[in-house]
Amino acid sequence: MPETVLLKGVRRYGEGEPVDVLAAEGVIAEIAQGITPPEGADVIDAEGHVLLPGFVDLHTHLREPGREDTETVATGSAAAALGGYTAVFAMANTDPVADTAVVVEHVRRAGEAAGLVDVHPVGAVTVGLKGEKLAELGTMAESAARVRMFSDDGLCVHDPLIMRRALEYSRALGAVIAQHAEEPRLTVGAQAHEGTQAARLGLAGWPASAEESIVARDCILAAHAAARLHICHVSASGTVDVLRWAKQRGTQVSAEVTPHHLLLTHDRLDTYDPVNKVNPPLRTGADAKTLREALAEGVVDCVATDHAPHAEQDKDCEWQAARPGMLGLQTALSIVAETMVRPGLLTWRDVARVMSERPAEIARLADQGRPIAEGEPATLTLVDPDARWTVRGAEFASIAANTPYEGMELPARVTATLLRGRVIARDGRIR
Amino acid sequence: MKHLLAAEGLDRDTVTDLLDTADELKHTLLGREVRKLPTLRGRTVITVFYENSTRTRVSFELAGKWMSADVINVSAGGSSVGKGESLRDTALTLTAAGADCVIIRHPASGAAHRLAHWLADTPAAVVNAGDGMHEHPTQALLDAATMREKLGSLDGRRIGIVGDVLHSRVARSNVHLLTCLGAEVAIVAPPTLLPSGIGTWPVTVSHEIDAELPSLDAVMMLRVQAERMHGGFFPSAREYAIGYGLSEARAALLPEHAVILHPGPMLRGMEIASRVADAPNALVTDQVANGVHVRMAVLYHLLASEGAESA
Repeated sequence: MPETVLLKGVRRYGEGEPVDVLAAEGVIAEIAQGITPPEGADVIDAEGHVLLPGFVDLHTHLREPGREDTETVATGSAAAALGGYTAVFAMANTDPVADTAVVVEHVRRAGEAAGLVDVHPVGAVTVGLKGEKLAELGTMAESAARVRMFSDDGLCVHDPLIMRRALEYSRALGAVIAQHAEEPRLTVGAQAHEGTQAARLGLAGWPASAEESIVARDCILAAHAAARLHICHVSASGTVDVLRWAKQRGTQVSAEVTPHHLLLTHDRLDTYDPVNKVNPPLRTGADAKTLREALAEGVVDCVATDHAPHAEQDKDCEWQAARPGMLGLQTALSIVAETMVRPGLLTWRDVARVMSERPAEIARLADQGRPIAEGEPATLTLVDPDARWTVRGAEFASIAANTPYEGMELPARVTATLLRGRVIARDGRIR
Repeated sequence: MKHLLAAEGLDRDTVTDLLDTADELKHTLLGREVRKLPTLRGRTVITVFYENSTRTRVSFELAGKWMSADVINVSAGGSSVGKGESLRDTALTLTAAGADCVIIRHPASGAAHRLAHWLADTPAAVVNAGDGMHEHPTQALLDAATMREKLGSLDGRRIGIVGDVLHSRVARSNVHLLTCLGAEVAIVAPPTLLPSGIGTWPVTVSHEIDAELPSLDAVMMLRVQAERMHGGFFPSAREYAIGYGLSEARAALLPEHAVILHPGPMLRGMEIASRVADAPNALVTDQVANGVHVRMAVLYHLLASEGAESA
């Protein structure tokens, strides 16, 4: 049964006078002041809350198939909905790898069965993520999963010829290649940002140049192939310079930054607690500052979580034995509020751009990241900008609890998420 | 002091205390027929070594036994990844079984810190016997004890550390400990064997060993590990020996009073010429002997001194 939902007293993009927004039959039916609730309507009193288009996450690890002990498409969908997301892209580094139509269709169907957010499988660029042979990109694109983003994320497509071919080939599919930029020869055994902290703590260095050099190479290859390139989780300030240069010369390149690279730095590594271990690694305060400015400027297009659930035994161990990655879906909005909105680098209007509109454009999702206007899909996220809350990993919808923000008090909270007119999350609960 | 995890962060008084205790223990035991003090009777010390190291393990074992502790050696193969019991479970098991002190050697940097974290709710003390490329605090203490014995106070002394600083826990611990004691540290290494963050360390850095030797009061030659020789950090063993090895000619550049140290095991002809290693001013065997006394002092401070539990 289609729902009718009336949002009372919201401020679109955090701007202007409070209005009421009526969602019916999946679309925004009316925007006006003092709308009388239709019979049977679900009325959400959201006085002063900020209304944004539903968030789109280009970078999520849902761990299904293979590591359902840490996350499933269903639990990850719930975490996404609670975090204000209405569409997520599930990375291909599952077990088995999402390098065939069978696996991507499985993920797609699991997403539909979960019935919360739109789950878009990302296809692997190369067979088994081995970087040796192109996976059947065309078959995955034509499958029921309609794959439009390909990535070997977790690993870099390091062979320049394979990368060139992937970029060229993707053109015919209208797809984008999302690169995990890490020159593997420069990061053998790497454990932490190569700098003062790694030197002090005796951790093998992950130099910024291993990211910068691949981004530079791939921008040049993408320009040559006239193809679309997306750079995953930009972590180094030098990469921002490369992106600015490439964009100035017209390369079709986009880039994402994670919430953790906006907020956290390698200063957290003193305890050797692997909850802070992530790939690419946490870098310097200067890097984080540059990334925040680049996101404000638009050189970095959007925020993506790189949500990476891991089992306790894979995190509560020695640093070098631990797996890299951290949860992100349910904290992303608050970290963006903390690092970008509070210091005045972004307005809520800009947050709509970096968390919804630009990612939807990059992934070419026609019905996400839409304007908040009558007749548009009622795919919306409601944010209480004045809320403050304390992070508790055990309370998250994810099966895993590996959040680096445990115990941290953060600003702003998602109070409701709507996908095509249906309330999928409200006040911290799944609907 | 509840644990000894790193030389970094130790203050000068604590270090001086430890070194003085080591000296006292050394003199107490000197000339005794039975080298046994009752100090740690009834206490259980467990060494857990995830890397082979006869030298360090034996040194800790003797330190415990000479103070009448019950010492148990556990040699664990490999790291925790996919090889059976996790480090955390091993640690909890050993303390549940009654260990008062766990001495750990592990290939992962920070392993001793993690152990101390997991054992925070127990009275057990943790001693870092070398963690990856991070620290080896008792090695730095025994180096300091050995130099102090020959040179007196280290305040204002200039100590050279030559070789693979990038991968060396001995170098890291020595930099902290020596600067804490007021010494100047002069690092000499090829650029490929220096950590990229070394600019912030309280040391001088040089690639010219000959220019440094005449001003040094002591020089510490680091071991060049076999895997580095094949890792492209320098072109060949021969070129390394020519550029950075302590040859007889080079040793002659040192001031007359200067001493030579090596944490062992030595690669004679590589980082140190055989005759230099056997010269009277080379203190390699003194280092080994002092190692036991320094480790006795550490166990004493952690397990027996007043306030060991509460500090």
